[in-house]
Amino acid sequence: MIVEAGHYALALALGLSVLQGVIPFWGARANDPVLMGSAAPAAIGVAGLVGFAFVALLVAYVTSDFTVLNVVENSHSAKPMIYKITGVWGNHEGSMLLWVLILALFGAMVAVSPNLPARLKTNALSVQAAITVAFLVFILFSSNPFTRANPAPAEGNDLNPILQDIGLAIHPPLLYFGYVGFSMTFALAMAALIEGRVDAVWARAARPWVLLAWSFLTLGISMGSYWAYYELGWGGFWFWDPVENASLLPWLAGTALLHSVVVMEKREALKVWTILLAILTFSLSLLGTFLVRSGVLTSVHAFAVDPARGVFILAILAIFIGGSLAIFAWRAPLLRAGGIFAPISREGALILNNLLLASACATVLLGTLYPLALEALTGEKISVGAPYYNLTFLPLVLPLFLVLPFGQALAWKRGDLYAAAQRLAVLLAVAILVALGLVAATSGGPVLAPLAVGLGVFLVLSGGGEIWFRSHARGRPLLASLRRAAGLPRAAWGSALAHAGLGVTIIGIAAQAWSAETIVTARPGTQANVGRYTARLDSMKPRTGPNYTEQVATLTLWRGGQPVGTVESAKRFYPARGMPTTEAGILTRGFDQVYVSVGEIGTDGSVGLRLYDKPLVLLIWIGSLFMAAGGALSLTDRRLRVGVPVRARAAAPLGAAAGKPA
Amino acid sequence: MTRKGRRLAIIGTAGVVLAGALGLALNAMRDTIVFFRSPSEVASTALPPGTRFRLGGLVDAGSVKRGTDQVVEFKVGDGAASVPVRYKGLLPDLFREGQGVVTEGVLSPSGVFVADTVLARHDETYMPREVADALKAQGVWQGGPQQQSATR
Repeated sequence: MIVEAGHYALALALGLSVLQGVIPFWGARANDPVLMGSAAPAAIGVAGLVGFAFVALLVAYVTSDFTVLNVVENSHSAKPMIYKITGVWGNHEGSMLLWVLILALFGAMVAVSPNLPARLKTNALSVQAAITVAFLVFILFSSNPFTRANPAPAEGNDLNPILQDIGLAIHPPLLYFGYVGFSMTFALAMAALIEGRVDAVWARAARPWVLLAWSFLTLGISMGSYWAYYELGWGGFWFWDPVENASLLPWLAGTALLHSVVVMEKREALKVWTILLAILTFSLSLLGTFLVRSGVLTSVHAFAVDPARGVFILAILAIFIGGSLAIFAWRAPLLRAGGIFAPISREGALILNNLLLASACATVLLGTLYPLALEALTGEKISVGAPYYNLTFLPLVLPLFLVLPFGQALAWKRGDLYAAAQRLAVLLAVAILVALGLVAATSGGPVLAPLAVGLGVFLVLSGGGEIWFRSHARGRPLLASLRRAAGLPRAAWGSALAHAGLGVTIIGIAAQAWSAETIVTARPGTQANVGRYTARLDSMKPRTGPNYTEQVATLTLWRGGQPVGTVESAKRFYPARGMPTTEAGILTRGFDQVYVSVGEIGTDGSVGLRLYDKPLVLLIWIGSLFMAAGGALSLTDRRLRVGVPVRARAAAPLGAAAGKPA
Repeated sequence: MTRKGRRLAIIGTAGVVLAGALGLALNAMRDTIVFFRSPSEVASTALPPGTRFRLGGLVDAGSVKRGTDQVVEFKVGDGAASVPVRYKGLLPDLFREGQGVVTEGVLSPSGVFVADTVLARHDETYMPREVADALKAQGVWQGGPQQQSATR
C-alpha cells in the first residue's frame, strides 16, 4: 500500500512542481506578491512529497517487499540491513529518485533562506521547478521505482556485490548533493538573467550555494575515488574513466565558478563570464548524469544500458542547455561591465585561474566525448586513457598550482608582483629545498615526483602564508598578529585551508611515484618483498558471511626485520548473483598503506597475491577533506549571512538557523 | 593601462592559453589514443608488431593456460578468428572462459598479444559494448538479457 502511496506522492509532486514553475513566475511578471509568495510553500511541499516517495521505497527495501520489481532486482532478504538501505540508490531508478529528492531539498532550502532578494528567490524557484518537472517526468514515465512485480518471486536477485560496501552508502548521496547543488546556482543565474539584474548582490546570494555544492562534490569525488581504490582491488585511485570524468568536469567548472563569483562579489567584474560558468557547470552536471545513466559510455563502472532512457535524458539535456544558453545570448549583452583592474592584480590572477581551469575542463571533456563522437561518425572504436590526460590535463593544471600562491598574495585592483614574490620567496625556498633533498635521497628514482612534492609543499606553506601575510606586519608583536589572524573572516581561513588541502593531495599523488608493486604465486609460508616491506602468507581459510562465503588470506608484514602487523584479504563469492569479488586488505601506518589483494586460488592451494607499498597514499584523500572543510568553513562566514537586510531581531534566530545551508 | 589595453591583455592571454590547450589536446590525441580491434580484424589486417591497441572478444573455452609467476596465456576470439594473449598479473574477478573480455597491450613479432591490462566488467552478465558489437558483426552473439543494475 505504501508503495502505491509513494507512487502517488511522486505524481502529486509533479503537479505541484508545474504550479511552482508557472504561478510564481507569472506573479513576478505581474508584480503580484501573493502569487510570488506561493513559490516557497510549493517548493517545501514538493520536497515533502518526494521525501515521502523516497521513504516509501526505503520501506519496501527494508521490509524486503519482493512485490516491487526494483526491490526484486536489487535486494535479497539475507542482505545486511545497511546494504538494504543503501541498495535504494544502488540502482538506476532509486538513484534517480535520490537525485530528484536532493533537487527538491535544495528547492526547500532556498525557499526558507532569509538572505535572498524576493524576486530573485521567486524566479530561481520557478526555474528550479522546471528542472524538477523534467526529472519527475523522466522517473514516472521511464524509470518508475514503484513498478510491481507480478508474479512476485520469493527471493530477490541481490545487489551487485561490488556495491555492497559502506563506500557506496555515502559516495552517491554526496556526489548528488554536489551535482544537484549546482542546479541552484544555475537557477539563480537564470533568474538573474530573466530579471536583468546581475550584480554584487546576486554574487553574494549565489556564493553560498556554489560553496555548498562544490564542497559536497569534492567529498563525493574523493569518497568515490577511495571506494574504487579499495573495492576494485587494483590499488589505483583515479582511472580517467569516463564515469569519473563525468564527475570531474562539473568539479573543474564549479571550481572556476567558485573563484569568479568572488571577483563578482568583491569587484562587480566578470559578470557575463560568471553567469556563463554557472550555466556551464550545471550543464556539465546534467551531461555527467546523461553519460552515466544512458549507457553510452563503456566504463569500468557498470551501469544500466537502456537507449530509451538515454534519449530521454538527452532531450532534458538539450532543452536545458540550449534554453539557458539562448536566454544567456539574449540577455547577456544587456549586462554592463563592472570594476576596472590592472592585469597584475587579484582579479587578473583569478582570471588566469579561470582560464586554466576552463581549458583543463575542455581537454577532459574532449577526451571523454571524442571516442563517442568518432564512433558515431566513423564507427571506429577508440579509447582515451591516462596518457592523453597526462599530456593535456597536467600541463594545464601544474602552472595553475604554481601561480596560485602568487595570486593569493596580490592585492585587488592593482597588485605588485615583485612584492608578492618577495613575501613568498622564503616559502618557495623551503619547497625547493624539500624537492632537492628528495632528489638527493632517492637518487636514481623518479625525477618529476620530487618536484611535484616540492610544489605540494609550496602550496601547503603558502596556505599558511595566506593567513600570515594578512595578519602579520613587520614590527608587530607575535601575539597581536595571532589575535589578528583569529579575527580574519572565516572565508579567508576557508580559502587557506582549501589551498593547503590541494597541496596535501598533490604530495599524496606525487608520492605514488615511489609506490612498489609485487605479484607472486604464494602458498602458506611463502615470503615476498614489496617496497619497504616483507610479507608472509600465513594461512588461507574459508569463512562464511551473511550472504557470501569467502577464502581469507592472512599475511604478516615486516619492515626492517620488525613485524608491523597482519592484514587480511579475501576472495568472496556471492551465491545469489554467482559473482566473486575481491576484498583488499589494507594496513595503514601513518599516511602509508600496504595493500594486499588476492587473485585466483589454484586447485593446488596456491594463490596469486598482489602487494603494494603505497607511501603517503592517504594524503590524497585527506587533502580533499581539507578542501571540502575549507569550503564548509567559508560557508559559515558572517558576510554570507548578512547579504540583505534581515528582519527584526526576534525573528532572526529562527531564520538564521534555517537559512544556514549546511 | 587603458580599458582597451586591459581587455586586449586578457583576450591575448586567453587566446594563448586556449591555443596551448588545443595544441596539447591535438598532439596528445595523435599519440595516445588506442584503437579497439576485434580478433578477426587483427587476423585480416597485417598490423605491424609494436602496435598498441585494445583487443576484445570472448575468452576461448579451454584456452587458458597458467604458467609460473602469475603469467597466464589465453586466446581471445570472436568466432571467426582467435588471437593468443599473454598477460602477467592478477586476472579480474569476472575473467572466465567463454566470457567477454577487453585487453590492452602490444602485438609482439611472434603474433602473441602481450597485454598489460585485462578488463572484465563489474557485472557478471554485462558484455563490454565493443565486444558485443564485434561479436554481433560476426554473428556469434545476438545480445543477452539487459542488465538493470547501476553504479555511481
